[in-house]
Amino acid sequence: MQGSSIQTSHRSRAFGIFRGPGKAAGFDQLKIVSLLFVVIFVVYALLLPGFFTVGNLLTLMRTVAVLGILGLGMAIVVIGRGIDLSMIASLAVPSALVLMLAASGYSVFVAIGLGICMAIGIGILNGILVAYAEIPSLFTTLAVGIGIAGVGQIGLFDYEIVSWPPQLDVIAWIGRGSIAGLPYSVLAFLATAILVGIFLRGTRPGLFVYASGDNPGAARLTGIPLRPVMVMQYVMSSCIAFFAGLVLSASSASMDTRIFNLTWIYDVILVVVLGGIGLSGGRGGVANVIIGTLLIGTVMNGLTIMDVSFEMQNLVRGLVLLLAVLADSLINPRNEETAQQGDI
Amino acid sequence: MHKFLKLAIGFAMATVAGLSSASAQQSMADPLRKDYYANLKGKKVVFVPVFMGLDLTEGWSKIMAKQAKDLGYSYEVRNSNFNTAAGAQTITSLISEKPDVIVVQNPDVQSYAKLLQQAEKAGIRVIQLNMKTNYQTTGFVGADVELIGEKQAEAAVAKCGAGAQPGKILILAGPPTSPFSAYMLKGYENILNNNPKVKVVSVQSTGDYESAKAKSITQVVLQQHPDLCAVLGVWDNTDVGTAAALQEAGKKPGDVFVTTSGGGGELACKGLRDGMWQYYVSYDVPGQGRDLNALIMAALQDKNSVGSTKTVLYTPLVTYTPATLGDERCWSLDTLR
Repeated sequence: MQGSSIQTSHRSRAFGIFRGPGKAAGFDQLKIVSLLFVVIFVVYALLLPGFFTVGNLLTLMRTVAVLGILGLGMAIVVIGRGIDLSMIASLAVPSALVLMLAASGYSVFVAIGLGICMAIGIGILNGILVAYAEIPSLFTTLAVGIGIAGVGQIGLFDYEIVSWPPQLDVIAWIGRGSIAGLPYSVLAFLATAILVGIFLRGTRPGLFVYASGDNPGAARLTGIPLRPVMVMQYVMSSCIAFFAGLVLSASSASMDTRIFNLTWIYDVILVVVLGGIGLSGGRGGVANVIIGTLLIGTVMNGLTIMDVSFEMQNLVRGLVLLLAVLADSLINPRNEETAQQGDI
Repeated sequence: MHKFLKLAIGFAMATVAGLSSASAQQSMADPLRKDYYANLKGKKVVFVPVFMGLDLTEGWSKIMAKQAKDLGYSYEVRNSNFNTAAGAQTITSLISEKPDVIVVQNPDVQSYAKLLQQAEKAGIRVIQLNMKTNYQTTGFVGADVELIGEKQAEAAVAKCGAGAQPGKILILAGPPTSPFSAYMLKGYENILNNNPKVKVVSVQSTGDYESAKAKSITQVVLQQHPDLCAVLGVWDNTDVGTAAALQEAGKKPGDVFVTTSGGGGELACKGLRDGMWQYYVSYDVPGQGRDLNALIMAALQDKNSVGSTKTVLYTPLVTYTPATLGDERCWSLDTLR
């Protein structure tokens, strides 16, 4: 299995851009989670009045759109055998910066341009520390995330909650409103999914990500520029997080930079892992993120309709994850053949 | 002519006599003053908020810092950054540092209770600010949250209780164990339970007062109940999300009656102007700051043993509606004195 992922990727490309390489045959976690999703969806549709309506399904998609976009960014890094815990900081701080700059009179282009520069800067910092200084991504991105959030708290903003200024209303549609009944935030998720899908499956750097995640040593021996590929992953994840931040702040008319301190990052990891993208890298794709996002969205939507308490919702979410991971390890037990060096 | 001269001389003499008698009057030292300032030298007050960077905490802190600077005692902030464990650790280390007063904003009704008890045993006076635990310390300054709940619920009943069908109400709360959730829900219950004119269709937590969560819950509930009549919100910053959900669903301001509460800062008035909410209960941060400073002074001057006096100061609440709107009623950091 090891070292053969480029070949596998090329093969799976023939099946379409959303197909994950790796465990192409067999009952993998993607299938398990898809099945779980279908079961929960059907049960809800049968038992919950008002669940299976176009309006509610669109609402469901809309509530998880930002989470899904973040999941796509995280997926790139996780496939490259890393993890980006600074994503919530990259979501909150650059987009809050954009709101603040626009409110204080800068043009929309300048504000967004500086936001993108900041996001790229965060990505490069993460990437260089992981790829060249060889600090494990877990620690690097944790520290960078705390640092960036701290910069926002101390230096940049008067208040932790930055409100959406009227100057930015020209781009407010990315988080509000809808076209032909489809909310823009859902479209933003779909667009990101397609772009990330094409990148991962249709471009050479995308395949390099799989190769370097599956077996960094072998990837390097075959001549893949391992370190630049790693830097690229982090730049992409922080830029995607920045985009998610703009959608989120447009959607809720403010950017609450406190969300860095909340549990969002675990939800992002949950979506990625639940969908079946192994933390050991080199596996999975966009389809996994979509199914993970839909499953979480469906579970939470149904629980909200049933007016279940907050604690109970957290409990159920934890149980669903546990169930999915348990099923995967029962059906696909780890052994010497499937285990990779450097598993988390 | 002679007469005039005499008059002028007399007038001048009278003036001089008046002046000299004024300069001869004794000045007196205020007997309280010297001890008052001497007592404050070297005293230390520490503020442990749940999170700095909110209009509430920044406002309180500015008011406390100003008094400390004016009167010459030390004041510092130890931010717990929305992390209860970090806050508990801060208080634990403060118990050994022994400042004179700890001002603490509690994330929930339980976590710090034991620690605050220990701090008072160690001789530190503890003032709880706006969010309290179930353990009473030297002082509490803050809103009567149950009363806020009652006011919001009454406003919603007045708005929604008139129709033939009971008006549908959504309740958005904070973290389940936060005093601002638990006590506010009690206030809602006092009014809404057994009230046939309204029907609570959903009670949901917005997590840690997340506006994104408030938005998604409102969207889901609005799908199920398009005829939703009112939302009882928990905090102005959170309910920005509630308002965004209503706006996106094509509701005009006031179609769904939104009530919320907060410190009465700029956002309160902005929300009323933009139609985000129609009823706002303010716990008046400038007023709370004044109360807080008074309790800090009382604590710094108190010579009795710690815990022998316990004072509760519920903040007088101010209600804002579109009818009472006027910018001068909302404060900003710059207008705080």
